[in-house]
Amino acid sequence: MFFLENIWLIPLLPAFGATLMFFFGRKLQKQTVSAVCVGTVALAFVLSCGAVWQYVHNFPGSQPFEKVMYTWLGSDTGHLTYTTHDGFPAEFKAQVGFLLDPLSSIWLLFVTGVGMLIHIYSTGYMAHEGGYYRFFGYLNLFMFSMLTLILGNNYAQLFVGWEGVGLCSYLLIGFYFHRKSASDAANKAFIVNRIGDAGFLLGMFTIAWHFGSVRFTEVTTMARSGHFPVGDPVLTAAALLLFVGACGKSAQLPLYIWLPDAMEGPTPVSALIHAATMVTAGVYMVARSNAIFVLAPTAMKTVAVVGALTAIFAASIGLVQNDIKRVLAYSTVSQLGYMFLALGVGAFAAGVFHVFTHAFFKALLFLGAGSVIHAMSGEQDMRNMGDLARRTPLTYVTMFIATLAIAGIPPFAGFFSKDEILLQTWTSEHGAYIWLWVIGYGTALMTAFYMFRLLYLTFYGQPRMSHEVEHHIHESPKSMTVPLAILAFCSIFAGWLGWPHSLKGSDHFARFLEPVFAREARVLEAEGRAAQVAAGKREEEHTGGAEYGLMFLAVAAGLVGWGMAWRAYRHADKGYAEPIEVAAKPLHTALYNKWYVDEGYDYVFTGRRKLGSVRLGILGLGDASAWFDVHVVDGLVNGTGWVTRAVATLSKWWDTWIIDGIGVNGPAILARILSYPFRLFEWGLVQWYALVMVAGLLGFVFYYAWR
Amino acid sequence: MRVRKTKSRRTEMTPVTTLHYLVVAAALFVLGVIGVLTRRNVVIVLMSVELILNAVNLNLVAFSRIWGLHGQVFAIFVITDAAAEAAVGLGILIAFFRNKETVNVDEVDLLKW
Repeated sequence: MFFLENIWLIPLLPAFGATLMFFFGRKLQKQTVSAVCVGTVALAFVLSCGAVWQYVHNFPGSQPFEKVMYTWLGSDTGHLTYTTHDGFPAEFKAQVGFLLDPLSSIWLLFVTGVGMLIHIYSTGYMAHEGGYYRFFGYLNLFMFSMLTLILGNNYAQLFVGWEGVGLCSYLLIGFYFHRKSASDAANKAFIVNRIGDAGFLLGMFTIAWHFGSVRFTEVTTMARSGHFPVGDPVLTAAALLLFVGACGKSAQLPLYIWLPDAMEGPTPVSALIHAATMVTAGVYMVARSNAIFVLAPTAMKTVAVVGALTAIFAASIGLVQNDIKRVLAYSTVSQLGYMFLALGVGAFAAGVFHVFTHAFFKALLFLGAGSVIHAMSGEQDMRNMGDLARRTPLTYVTMFIATLAIAGIPPFAGFFSKDEILLQTWTSEHGAYIWLWVIGYGTALMTAFYMFRLLYLTFYGQPRMSHEVEHHIHESPKSMTVPLAILAFCSIFAGWLGWPHSLKGSDHFARFLEPVFAREARVLEAEGRAAQVAAGKREEEHTGGAEYGLMFLAVAAGLVGWGMAWRAYRHADKGYAEPIEVAAKPLHTALYNKWYVDEGYDYVFTGRRKLGSVRLGILGLGDASAWFDVHVVDGLVNGTGWVTRAVATLSKWWDTWIIDGIGVNGPAILARILSYPFRLFEWGLVQWYALVMVAGLLGFVFYYAWR
Repeated sequence: MRVRKTKSRRTEMTPVTTLHYLVVAAALFVLGVIGVLTRRNVVIVLMSVELILNAVNLNLVAFSRIWGLHGQVFAIFVITDAAAEAAVGLGILIAFFRNKETVNVDEVDLLKW
């Protein structure tokens, strides 16, 4: 039980590497940096394998293994108590704990595995770049966050990882921060993710309010207890809010816009974060909350519809993009749409299976693209590539395998998972989702077309690069090709884990996940949705003509897409024709400009573009606020000031003329006027006074004399 | 000689009565008043005031022939009073001169409205 008891070491090892890089990275040699950062992740991979191995052997019933380290939020003092939705007292409590069950096992294995390979690849790819230690520090920090996200035993801890991977995504997209486009893309990713994160937080709080706990095991147990009715509006709200978070992180409509721009980061980052691991966090979170989603059919429908629409929407844009990484980015968005379609129709295991296979072949595609870019001296535009198959054979072979896998050609990995999703969509709700299947099927066709377009434009046709670039083309170093080879191996064989019963397989993958989703199957079954029952049973019920027919159709779609791309691009030379452009020029323009979604967002949400003379969105809100501030708030202030001044003027007038004038100066003036005659007697000359006195004396004398 | 002659000429005239004194006092008083009213020099004005006071004294002494010694006692008081008044007046005069560099009363008319 060593590995299970010490499961906390798995996320902590990359955290150690990141800390080391943060404090001492600048002073370390490149070899030391590589050794530390690749070493920690490799060790984490070994520990993960050990932990999963021990888990599988010690928990035959696949009950979840939980290792609680300590209480992180909340305490025994009762300060964080509240009343739940149903009126029960509850205490908000979140632990730092690690949960290992089949679901997190799968994520743990492919995150550490693919992560390790990409770390090794990066030592070659980034060898000539500045900020080597910074890059690996961020990568290690990302691994820590992602592992925290996967292994957390409650929503709060998941959220820590969730934010951590968002931060690392931001840092790595903006790795070439001296490029404005890169820092803009980083900002865009971070801001769009914040919208989703807000939804996730609200969803988490709703769950805490509804269930009185944020611990996965407790929430799941309670949701499955049968006390909560299906379609409870609060649960529906919680599920939808969680899905908003998933939309942000996993790049679903309408929040997918950051992912194509995220290709500004170094290619290994695109492979690790924006294809294989981080963007599947939303799928993980929804799968982890399956007990809640099953109780909210409306939310499930939303997930399915959004997933299907995202799948075809992104695939359609991917048809005409010329930047090799952008094609892959839209492909990722599209494949994530598939995953959510699967989750939405209740085929959780199929969705997770697609995450698993997708991680390998999409990481391989990105790393292959990185190898191509490396060979092309940094050129990413496929119009300037061509005829690389002979010059970079290993890259070519591995990318060809990955393309076959994603196009759904048997027996490569993508075939099994995609076929499973399409089958489940076809059969779920007794066929009510057939139109979603149609969308999914169309997406499969497009996927095959744009992937083989990428392949032919890159590796076939005439060389379209400049002579100087052509001269420098070389196969990548061992550190890059070895991970490619390993991933190619996985892209071939990973799908075999889910070899369906209909093809005489045993579908180990679904069986392994059964304990996580089994209860859902039972709930769905109880509601008469037999089509959605868990993998094992389902296979037996639906092994029949329809399944073989669907399988045939799916393979046919892949082959048709391949054939179309082969016809159009196999001989591509300078100035080759895009078939879509030839057939429908306006459609091509719309697709090439990504359906003008970014522009639309700029008009409606950011307000960077004016709609007529009106500015909407955030900047519009800013304008409105500024107007409000200037005209209403300042108006009030100025109005108050004006009134005060007017009153003061009046008051001053009153004071000057009435109080001072009539009240104070009035009597004084009156006294002055009245006293004026008397003042005239006062000359100030003593002798005059004396004369008056004499006159008075004489007056008296004469008065008495003549009386 | 001259005195004797005069004396001999006036032997038949009436003796000096109170009225005579009063006339002399009145004349003296009028001289004083005219002095006070007409002279500019403060010293002369003060001297004229002394004349007025002495005219009063003469009255008092003259009446004391009829009414007893009270008048004479009162005259002594008035003389004392006049001495004090002269002292105070001359003091004011010196302060006055120091400020104004003049002793003319008509050049001082500050004490008015």
